[in-house]
Amino acid sequence: MRYLIILSAALAAVSGSARAQQPADFQTSFAAEAKQSDPAFAGFSATRGEQFFFSRHGGDWSCSSCHTDSPVAAGKHVVTGKPIEPLAPSANPQRFTSPDKVEKWFKRNCNDVLKRSCTPQEKGDLLAYLLTTRK
Amino acid sequence: MKSLFLATAIAAGLSLTSLGALADQKAFPLTDPAYVQECGSCHVPYPPQLLPAPSWLAVMSGLDQHFGVDASLDRPAQEAILDYLVRNAGRREASVAGKPLLRITETRWFQHEHDELSARVWGLAAVKSPANCGACHTAADKGDYAERSLRVPRAGGTP
Repeated sequence: MRYLIILSAALAAVSGSARAQQPADFQTSFAAEAKQSDPAFAGFSATRGEQFFFSRHGGDWSCSSCHTDSPVAAGKHVVTGKPIEPLAPSANPQRFTSPDKVEKWFKRNCNDVLKRSCTPQEKGDLLAYLLTTRK
Repeated sequence: MKSLFLATAIAAGLSLTSLGALADQKAFPLTDPAYVQECGSCHVPYPPQLLPAPSWLAVMSGLDQHFGVDASLDRPAQEAILDYLVRNAGRREASVAGKPLLRITETRWFQHEHDELSARVWGLAAVKSPANCGACHTAADKGDYAERSLRVPRAGGTP
């Protein structure tokens, strides 16, 4: 019985949000969220994601302001000059592996660039674009 | 009893000496990995000693509007980092009209330390902003501001 409890606890820990994920796992959960908020959801588009990445969305900054015109290149914070590791998973395997980090940075950067939260559709489109970029 | 007074006097003398040494301190060990990771991802993790506690409190209570960008943290991380900053905060008063200063660069101490630098240096592309400590203090990411790691970039140098 005790082993069963330990086993269940271990399984719960593994399936918790702290578990390292792959970019495809994020794509799956963005799709589920998108479907929930829009029944007409018809998948993600790398082309739309690319437009999103370069658009200023009516403000001063785009994603590319800090992440440069190439998501596989190292970027630089547009205000402080601090180096930023590449955003594309092909160039930086750490990207899109931690749900906490993904949530934190989408919250911050969407507020900075769009002055609002990003929709699941936008996040999925952007990730679809990033996954097409190669070093 | 007399020896107790003596011990207190010596202790007071020692702490005065260490306060004096702080004024010339050039290395500030960054002992909280969460602080370095969270705050150091957008800028140099500034030494907590360079602002007093009221300033850190004010900075940390406005992270969603942090010098023009959203630097918000989840609550546990924000509270833990604030605790670290306050525990290691400086003692030098830094306020204007009763309001705590939010920028290290606005403190009298910072301005005194950098008063020999010309506007040309601040304007270099490699420097960009006085908040970019690492442009000259090449070990600033480790909290080390000693002269031996100080390299002022030359004009025209690549950033």
